[in-house]
Amino acid sequence: MEALFAVTLGVLTASGIYLILQARIFPVVLGLTLLSYAVNLFLFAMGRLAGGVPAVIGRSAEYGDPLPQALVLTAIVIGFAMTAFVVVLALRSLGETGTDHVDGREPGK
Amino acid sequence: MMHAPILPLLLPLLMGSLLLLGHRLELPLKRLLSLAATWSLVPLSAWLVWLAGDDQLRVYALGDWQPPFGIILLLDRLSAMLLLLTAVLAGFALLYACRGDDERGPNFHALFQFQLLGINGAFLTGDLFNLFVFFEILLISSYALLLHGNGAERVRAGMHYVVLNLLGSALFLLGVGTLYGLLGTLNMADLAARVAVADASQTPLLAAAGYLLLTVFALKAAILPLYFWLPRAYASASAPVAALFAIMTKVGLYAILRVFGLIYGSQAGELAGLANELLWWLALLTIAAGVVGALSARNLQRLLAYLVVLSVGVLLAGLAMDSQTALAAALYYLLHSTLIGGAMFLLADLVSRQRGAEGGDLTQGPSLRQPLLLGGLFFLGAISLAGLPPFSGFLGKLMLLRAAEPGEALWLWPVVLVAGLGMLLALSRAGSALFWRPGGDVIEGEDDRVRLFATIGLLLGGPALVIFAAPLMAYVEATARQLRDLAPYLNIIGGGA
Repeated sequence: MEALFAVTLGVLTASGIYLILQARIFPVVLGLTLLSYAVNLFLFAMGRLAGGVPAVIGRSAEYGDPLPQALVLTAIVIGFAMTAFVVVLALRSLGETGTDHVDGREPGK
Repeated sequence: MMHAPILPLLLPLLMGSLLLLGHRLELPLKRLLSLAATWSLVPLSAWLVWLAGDDQLRVYALGDWQPPFGIILLLDRLSAMLLLLTAVLAGFALLYACRGDDERGPNFHALFQFQLLGINGAFLTGDLFNLFVFFEILLISSYALLLHGNGAERVRAGMHYVVLNLLGSALFLLGVGTLYGLLGTLNMADLAARVAVADASQTPLLAAAGYLLLTVFALKAAILPLYFWLPRAYASASAPVAALFAIMTKVGLYAILRVFGLIYGSQAGELAGLANELLWWLALLTIAAGVVGALSARNLQRLLAYLVVLSVGVLLAGLAMDSQTALAAALYYLLHSTLIGGAMFLLADLVSRQRGAEGGDLTQGPSLRQPLLLGGLFFLGAISLAGLPPFSGFLGKLMLLRAAEPGEALWLWPVVLVAGLGMLLALSRAGSALFWRPGGDVIEGEDDRVRLFATIGLLLGGPALVIFAAPLMAYVEATARQLRDLAPYLNIIGGGA
């Protein structure tokens, strides 16, 4: 499971970075979203990957770590708000500058 | 009083929420509420500074969950000092904003309060993930404040600022996640204790997490390869927002100081002083980049923005020298550069308003209505910034230069002194273009005394820092001593603080 998880994270991050480097607003927003998915999964994995262990201390020798889940939840909420903000900003930018390039002007002009 | 440390968070949080709910209130009422909340932070933080003066660390366990399981707020001399600095800067910036800059959108005051919540929280928290949360609060308010009032230039600058900071947040979470995965805690004091006893096989990963965090903080602080967003963003923001942003780069530096002074501090064995060497060279290069940018700027606001970059470089050099005297000097310089930097943004706006369409462009423009007054203030601010005697910049720089060891002095002295000369050149060129070479008639208009008062109030911080230099020096030296003695911090987790 660890190998699959690691590969997934790698692919998500690489795709995210690639899309951000496209420097057009829509790919950039998608890239940021993919990157934040990768980060959330990464945080989740920091509590160690294990199946079938209870989240309550004392029931068995092994127990799941609840903290990363709380962290991921916070990160998701914040990431969601930020994405919404970027989308609104992107619309505004399109209206004000007439281009979807992140520099606010077409390259070479 | 045991609840004192949380008040600087509750006050802006409640006032911000109130203003948000009452966004249909009359503007004068909103201004009154916002000003009252912001200015009452000044005596509050002054009280916290007085409390922190007994060299005790005050730990506030939120919900009474004991550390390391609960989140703590940590009040020491450094955080108290920065809270007071923020309150003073924000008070004057808000006063300035109340004369018209807040009319362009309904929620300026609510955003301003949330911005203060984020900044105060970042200075107070003792938990790494909580630091992330407060960073996000201050960032999302700063996005909105930066874009407040619209305009294509602001949207362009804002887009870069927002996307870069979102990337930064992702890296921050990766760094925090790695530390949690390795050490199983997020409390900064607990992290410091556990880094000290970490297994040798974990060292490379711990270093990687440290460098990830460093990248994020360097982006916020605008250190060399990551400062390109700053000049544009600061130059296009409205004046009071740019003035408040003078503290934002310091939040990044504060985070560097906390993480690399405490978690990777002297107790960390092999990892101690992890980034000092790197930060030292980056600091010198940042100073150089700031000077070059300032000399090439064709606009007063942009010139000032590059001087912010430059001051970050000087501060970082003080941190990277890793000695008590250098740290004290850097903290004194931080007070100076924040107050004067903020004041100069306000002054630049006053000047721009009297120049009509020319604004802050350093070209021949109309004569000013108050050439002597504004010119005099500009002169005062410029020699403070450039570090000429008798003002605060001079004292700060002198302390820093004297704190350098012989090997460091070889690099620091020429870089800082030549940078001072460059600043002087850039500012005198700007000053002569604005005040001595007017090429047109005076534009008639109303002068706003409150704006002038806010600007002078901040600018007087320079002379005040000199007049009260002795007690301030004693305070920053005690702060540096406290920061370098890690034992009390490590004791927090033992239950006794």
